[in-house]
Amino acid sequence: MKYLKIPFYLALMAFIVAAPFLFPAFKTQLATLWLMIIVALTWDMTGGQMGYNSLGNIFFYGTGMYVCAIVGIGIAFNVGEYTNASGGGIYTFTDAQYFGGVLLGCLAAGLFCSLMAVLVGFITFGLRGPYFAIGTLGVAIAAGELVSNWEWVGAGQGIAMPVYPYDLETGKVFFYFLFAGTGVVLFVFLSWLYRTRFGAAINAIRDDEEKAEAMGIHTLRYKLTAWALSAFFVGVAGAISAYQLIHFEPLETAYQTINLGIFMVVCVLLGGKGTLWGPVVGAIVFHVFKEVTWNYLLGWQWVALGALIVVTVVFFQDGIMGWLRVKKPEWFGIRVETSSNDATGAAR
Amino acid sequence: MTVIIETKNVSKSYGGVVANKDISISVESGGITGLIGPNGSGKTTLFNSIVGYHPIDSGTIQFENQEISKKPVQEIARLGLLRTFQQTRIYGEMNCVENMLISLPHRKMTMREIFSRNNRADYEQADRLLEFVGLYEKRFLQSGSLSFGQQKLLEFAMALMNEPTCLLLDEPTAGINPTLINGLIDRLKRANSEFGITLFIIEHNMRVIMNMADQIYCLAHGELLASGPPSAIQSDQRVIDAYLGAH
Repeated sequence: MKYLKIPFYLALMAFIVAAPFLFPAFKTQLATLWLMIIVALTWDMTGGQMGYNSLGNIFFYGTGMYVCAIVGIGIAFNVGEYTNASGGGIYTFTDAQYFGGVLLGCLAAGLFCSLMAVLVGFITFGLRGPYFAIGTLGVAIAAGELVSNWEWVGAGQGIAMPVYPYDLETGKVFFYFLFAGTGVVLFVFLSWLYRTRFGAAINAIRDDEEKAEAMGIHTLRYKLTAWALSAFFVGVAGAISAYQLIHFEPLETAYQTINLGIFMVVCVLLGGKGTLWGPVVGAIVFHVFKEVTWNYLLGWQWVALGALIVVTVVFFQDGIMGWLRVKKPEWFGIRVETSSNDATGAAR
Repeated sequence: MTVIIETKNVSKSYGGVVANKDISISVESGGITGLIGPNGSGKTTLFNSIVGYHPIDSGTIQFENQEISKKPVQEIARLGLLRTFQQTRIYGEMNCVENMLISLPHRKMTMREIFSRNNRADYEQADRLLEFVGLYEKRFLQSGSLSFGQQKLLEFAMALMNEPTCLLLDEPTAGINPTLINGLIDRLKRANSEFGITLFIIEHNMRVIMNMADQIYCLAHGELLASGPPSAIQSDQRVIDAYLGAH
């Protein structure tokens, strides 16, 4: 296995770079697939690795979109005037304004979402289990409703973002690489993070939070840090989406609790909670499943999706990678001997 | 010797049930102190009060001359006052070594150390302590699959990994095979003498506690009944009555 690792990752990187050129008709599809991978991986940071199942991570996606829009537009124009469509103004962005907006918008979105995770987490991390899930869902829904009544950012109409200044096909490649780059950075970051003592500590919180507390681990601080790191990447993903989608509105696109907000959870459950590759595999399987049913089973697509969720939750709780981990622990570098204890095996 | 834990007039009741009433005890630094008493006499309640699991109704609790009765569990644990549980608590999904590594004292780490991998010294320390409690051969077994007694030993090793100054043990020998108890007594004594950890132990097995402790407190019906060295406790008529149920 060890010798195969480097060639495997090199081949994978080559494929990631080549993909939009190999399948030019699927550029936007692939970009969306990367979005799914990012949100699934970030959801797993708290849901899978730390045992806090958030249904409100979509809050960071939507907030990332809006922060990015406000920053990206704000560096060039007055946001209030820009979003006021009845003013009839026409706004053109120079290249520097457009690309500067993308860069600054993504960074600002990530940082702002991290800050929000700390503030919201300070309250919601007092909740456990299903209460945390519902509490965070409430935050996401409330945020959507608040923003949809906020005139300055376009209220229910949402915001029309500046359009990619060159050929739209190159634009698709541009957004593919923004998503893919974020995804790769996130994956590498997580594969490092989960091996640190911090990673072990959040696993301890998942397995027995009271014990972790009794051992003196700064549980709240670790939970906030994990969620803030997760929120950073969701915020960036939201920011890229804002530019990619060109127009977005608060309830169906930004704070889309019933779509992406649930899809990210399903991806992780499908792929395997608490594993590094699980969310990636789950996101790929889910996205392909979703697109196939949306194309060939139109009218029944939600039924098919619901059936997939039910089957996963009821019969396949460990997900694909979780199942593999039980069958082939050596692939995961896990050293667990399962031989049963002999009666004399205690202290000698 | 200096006093490391001192409670003064600690009272705690659950509704109408008085679990602890005006308990004043002191645990000497570097020694082994025992806490005995019949079932339901309030021993575990006192432990829980000391480590901050619940607020006390009145009284004061000091650890190293610092008032801790208002502090939450984690903060007290970070002062180096640790407890093990009567019903063991370990991370059952992980193997023994991982359990040990998670128990490294995070309170002593810098940010940089928290965000780095465990180093060779950590693994060696984990192996050494697992060897110490006799679980070395089992170190890659999933800890949830260990027997109850082994889990207790693992929890004890995890506590040692955390480098506490004082360790509160709630019935360390309960559920452990009687033939292994002598080994455990020996390990507890070595933890005290070699690692310099002050021990405060709840124990039902009289032979064990009389063997180890320098000072013993006996509770009955939530009140402090007697205190003194093992020889005095053993011959104290009130203690004998409490255990045998005389009135």
